[in-house]
Amino acid sequence: MQLLQNLINALQLGSFYALIALGYSMVYSILMLFNFAHGDIFMVGAYIGFGVATGLIALSKMGALAMPNWLILMLTVIFSMFLTSFVGMFVERVGYRPLRDAPRASAAITGLMIGIILETGNLILLGAEQLSFPSLVQTATYNLGGIYITNQKIMIVALSIGLAFALHQFIRRTKWGMAMRAMAFDYVVVPLMGVPLNKIAAMTFALGSALAAAAGIFYGIAYPVLDPYMGVLFGWKAFVAAILGGRGSVVGATLAGFLLGFIEIFVPMIFPSTIRNFIAYSIVLLILVFRPHGFFGEPYSARLRL
Amino acid sequence: MKKGFVSVVIFSCITMFVAFYACGPSGPETIKIGVNAPLTGDIPKVGEGTKFAAEMWLEDINAAGGIQVGDKKYKVELVIEDNESKAESAVKANTKLITEDEVLAIIGPQSSKQAVPAGGKANELETPMISPWSTNPNTTKDRPFVFRGCFLDPFQGPVVANFVKDEFGFTKAAVLYDVASDYPKGLAENFKDAWEKIGTMAAYESFTTKDTDFSSQLTKIRDSGAEFIFTPQYYNEVALIVQQAHQLGWDKPIVGSDSWGSAETVKLCGKDCYGLFFSTHYAAAGATGATKEFIDRYKAKHGYVPDDVGALTWDAMRIVQTAIQNVGELSGDIKKDRKAVRDALAKIKKFEGITGNMDFTEEGDPVKCAVIVRISDTGEFEFYKSVCP
Repeated sequence: MQLLQNLINALQLGSFYALIALGYSMVYSILMLFNFAHGDIFMVGAYIGFGVATGLIALSKMGALAMPNWLILMLTVIFSMFLTSFVGMFVERVGYRPLRDAPRASAAITGLMIGIILETGNLILLGAEQLSFPSLVQTATYNLGGIYITNQKIMIVALSIGLAFALHQFIRRTKWGMAMRAMAFDYVVVPLMGVPLNKIAAMTFALGSALAAAAGIFYGIAYPVLDPYMGVLFGWKAFVAAILGGRGSVVGATLAGFLLGFIEIFVPMIFPSTIRNFIAYSIVLLILVFRPHGFFGEPYSARLRL
Repeated sequence: MKKGFVSVVIFSCITMFVAFYACGPSGPETIKIGVNAPLTGDIPKVGEGTKFAAEMWLEDINAAGGIQVGDKKYKVELVIEDNESKAESAVKANTKLITEDEVLAIIGPQSSKQAVPAGGKANELETPMISPWSTNPNTTKDRPFVFRGCFLDPFQGPVVANFVKDEFGFTKAAVLYDVASDYPKGLAENFKDAWEKIGTMAAYESFTTKDTDFSSQLTKIRDSGAEFIFTPQYYNEVALIVQQAHQLGWDKPIVGSDSWGSAETVKLCGKDCYGLFFSTHYAAAGATGATKEFIDRYKAKHGYVPDDVGALTWDAMRIVQTAIQNVGELSGDIKKDRKAVRDALAKIKKFEGITGNMDFTEEGDPVKCAVIVRISDTGEFEFYKSVCP
């Protein structure tokens, strides 16, 4: 019973890690760098989601555009993903493109700094007060023989898996996806064959940020307290998931995101919760000791999968 | 090179001499009071309440032309530092206030996580400090320069335990707390000690600061057979814990402590928190006299009813004011004056505050009553019961 309940808890938590980890993973496979600002793009996505949702609710209340809640939610997700993808492209243009030929360490530091700028920028813009994410979905709790599921949890898990699957299909089946895969194979030679590196890089950032925005909105629905630093810890954990999945692997990042959720939820079920992170991240470390390239990563950095 | 160095040394000696001489004998014209508050970070509302209350106090002082010490009136200046709700920043803020701004006394930090380490720094640098809100015993323990304006957790723990026992007659308790923060950790232990005398602990679960998912711990608590949850957390976590508990099918009471008493709790938590109880320092609804006057003034100015942090800060400011007035004469030597203010603080035996009457013990801790508040069905903090030592 407790096992099944925790399975559901873990699926929800894993959804966030998976969606954010995808962004880390994609950027790495194209540009061979980790975008450490990604956790904060997730935060920006949640705030944009908050803004869009609040705006739409106001419009709807005023009677200008009467919309049911599910429509507001769908529009919020779509608009926020769209808007946040521009934030991602902006970050790439300003922070990463000028440093593309700089040492890797400089580019990694750029990410950290952009992250701090996004956090403090938000602090200046909106103040330190936490925001309460509007409840777009009226919570309905279902009791299935002692296992409690809410409609929110079902929605979050289903949409997250759907988005990850859509990304996978995009990369497998479209011309742009093929260009991304080619770039992941060799980002020095492939541009010489006419694949526009700048466009592909911008698109990768846009896709990753859009997924982060979706994660941000789902986060706002599940944990409706937003603050400017919410992306830091979540971003780091998702980064762990990206490494665990194998750098540059979409399937790997998704599965590892869920795995991390499972570890974090199931550890306190067995051990005292005081040592939760100690045990959870020891397990992660142990996995990496035996599989240093993650689950789906390969030893050859030039043969990254996407 | 050498010549240059020597002349620099001589020049700086002269400057220092002149500077000291110029302000030495005449004494300071203004008194500086430091405020160490969490303006940003996890609990910015607490910082805001601190700042607003301190500024209201300053308005009163300025209206009266300053603080009367002996036969001289001193202007007062507030130096407000942000501790970002972090322990290390609170220590840094205290060091800056003491060494750079040369404040006479410090108000804050508020939560024990910052007040315990920052109190150590204030004591080491011999500057009187009053934490209005920190209920952890370690804040003032063996620190002659550190005081507080509220009751202690060893008192609050049993207050909550006995209240639940009397009110509901429960025997099985569960606790969920942040193991990485001084205040929840200390209070969780105090509660456990008190509860184990009258009932059993069904679950004792923890998490670490910044966690937002408590589903695993709450599932464990739900299946442990506990009859209520005690969670001594700050308002941002209270909202998440209560909502997630309800989503996991928990329909029994959740009880809190004074950290719930923020204007933000209900805003973030919504209907999920209606009907819950917590122990605190004062209840705004139904207040009378000076307390009501303070609440009305604050509300008129800032648009919301002040939470207990605001009220306690107000009391702490007035305690410092009383102590400074009792000193009788300021010498102008900041070290000597700080010592004098500390001695005057230690001598205050009875103080009528807006959060109740206080008697101070040898440790610099007040003895005062606690209040049990119920969050009403409209989201207001209603006075439910008063518990005195």
